[in-house]
Amino acid sequence: MNVVRILGLTATVAIAAAACSGTASTTPATSAAAGASSAPAASGNTSGAASAYTPPTDAGAAKGKTIAIISKGEQHQFWQAVKKGALDEASKLGVTATYQGPATESEVDKQLTMLQTALSSNPAAVCFAALDSKAAGDLLNQAKAANIPVVGFDSGVDSDIPVTTVATDNIAAAGVEADKLAGLIGDSGKVAVIVHDQTSQTGITRRDGFVNQMKAKHPNIQVVDVQYGAGDPVKSADIAKSMMTANPDLKGFFGANEGSIKGILNALKETGNENKIVAVGYDSGQQQLDAINSGVEAGAITQNPVGIGSKCVDAAIDAINGKALPKNIDTGFYWFDKTNINNPEIQAVLYK
Amino acid sequence: MQAPAAAPSRVRALMTGESVQRLLALGALLILLVFFSVVVPHFASTANYIDILTATSVNGVLAVGVTLVIITGGIDLSVGTAMTFCSVVAGLVSVTLGLPLPLGLLSAFAAGAAVGIVNGTLVAKAKLPPFIATLGMLYVTLGLAQVISNVHPIYFDAAQPQFQIFFMSKSVFGIPNIVWVMLGAAAIAWVLLNKTTFGRYTFALGSNEEATRISGVNVDRWKITVYAVEGLFVGLAGIIIASRMNSAQPGLGVGYELDAIAAAVIGGTSLAGGEGSIVGTVIGAFLISTLRIGLSVAGVPDQWKSVITGLVVIGAVWLDILRRRAQA
Repeated sequence: MNVVRILGLTATVAIAAAACSGTASTTPATSAAAGASSAPAASGNTSGAASAYTPPTDAGAAKGKTIAIISKGEQHQFWQAVKKGALDEASKLGVTATYQGPATESEVDKQLTMLQTALSSNPAAVCFAALDSKAAGDLLNQAKAANIPVVGFDSGVDSDIPVTTVATDNIAAAGVEADKLAGLIGDSGKVAVIVHDQTSQTGITRRDGFVNQMKAKHPNIQVVDVQYGAGDPVKSADIAKSMMTANPDLKGFFGANEGSIKGILNALKETGNENKIVAVGYDSGQQQLDAINSGVEAGAITQNPVGIGSKCVDAAIDAINGKALPKNIDTGFYWFDKTNINNPEIQAVLYK
Repeated sequence: MQAPAAAPSRVRALMTGESVQRLLALGALLILLVFFSVVVPHFASTANYIDILTATSVNGVLAVGVTLVIITGGIDLSVGTAMTFCSVVAGLVSVTLGLPLPLGLLSAFAAGAAVGIVNGTLVAKAKLPPFIATLGMLYVTLGLAQVISNVHPIYFDAAQPQFQIFFMSKSVFGIPNIVWVMLGAAAIAWVLLNKTTFGRYTFALGSNEEATRISGVNVDRWKITVYAVEGLFVGLAGIIIASRMNSAQPGLGVGYELDAIAAAVIGGTSLAGGEGSIVGTVIGAFLISTLRIGLSVAGVPDQWKSVITGLVVIGAVWLDILRRRAQA
């Protein structure tokens, strides 16, 4: 075999072993401090209060300047909504914003390259949604040395350098999911969880928020299994079916992101269990909205992606103007189901 | 005398490398099935076996397609993202443009063949190593799928409700049509590879390209044809994965190529070219699904699932290399 073929064989085998894990493994991100809202204890609490933060109405010294936004990617509609919120707010206040992200949420290195390139163009500020909260340390130091303020969003960064982090309190939100699911299955029985990954902050906090709330407040509910589907609806569907096979008396499913709940919904359809197992999800997207309206899905937590986008631009503008910012800006979340899906404040944060 | 001379060569033929590898793969699959049935509660059930069949459908189609290319001594890393590209094209035609579903399906095949022709041309005419050419097309098709869909999923249920129903809900002997489509595609691939000139040339290109060229065969044209035919299988995979999700999801697909290649190699297809079998590939695809689902039903932690699956793939390739070395 010639050299190219040997290289190809080695590379394929190596990548196969790595790719079989679904996502590239990164060092586990420690959770950045969550938002100002307290973890809801009573099941009556269905939303997380957004922080008391007043966005600027004028760009001030930031007018006409450039803010570089590095997101986690554009794979999910969620990020499209964040992008819209950010770019709309930027044009409203008269600043230029660039928005980019890697092709998939496992490409930590590509995201760092984008951050590096963005810093080299000397923007007035940078907004950054870290795929890995520790890996960007060196680049953050560069930003600090160049006096470029950094605003974290969606997932925090394990560092003191960002002036604020604009995000959802995922632990509290996942706790509300646990309470809701518990209420819908008579507060006892078996449930299963499908998460997108166990290395990103959103994966870790949503899983832990759900599982810990079940342990603490719903002792008669057993979380039989947590598995990871990389946010791929087909892989997640196969996993959900396996979980139903292993647990014939399963009563509920929690999908921790849009891809995961799509897989769960597909699996329920494929096995004919649509009205037998209760499913709760995360974020929105057309398939989930249809499923909630038809009753196949009991409900979901929506973040405020448009709010995350616009508030990170607001925070960047404030930082450029030298205004003091709170450590965390909680953009809030809502539990929504068939009963309130058409309320205006819910509609405003949903995306298709 | 003819008879004694014929008998030993038939025995020799039975014990050729490929058939040994196929037997090994089949043996491994059966051992896995028995092991999981005994050790993992609830694994041995009709519903679970059907889940395994369904889970193998998409990869099965991709794997038999990629087998053809690997036999020529090439490789195709773009099959996963090209599959997604084809599903988006099908969605654009039959949902966004509202044209009849058969037209949408045809356009998925056409898109797959087009990607195949580009791949084949890059390899045959521009002389790019297949690894590089198809790696580049992986990124091109990943991006194009997002460009033409405006990075938005395309849903079939409103415009084409029959689409998912046909593949997923309708069944024969209790097995959903999607599985029969995959088996049918494998049957067609088997006929192409073993009963046609196309198949003979596919093997010839992989065994000895120079000799094939000298004997007057238009090597470049046949290479492009192999990639184009593989592209048709990729188009089919795009159709059936869209039917599972009742939508075309751009941004999906990276990583699917590795399952396809792994299935082919486990089944006895040599990455060096010249050797391969469709039956082996299908067995390899079932082996991968059985392993994954067995570990899932057993509730094995994700990290260990990943390690075990990777080791099985490495083990299969290593066995193949050992076998080849023993024969040489």
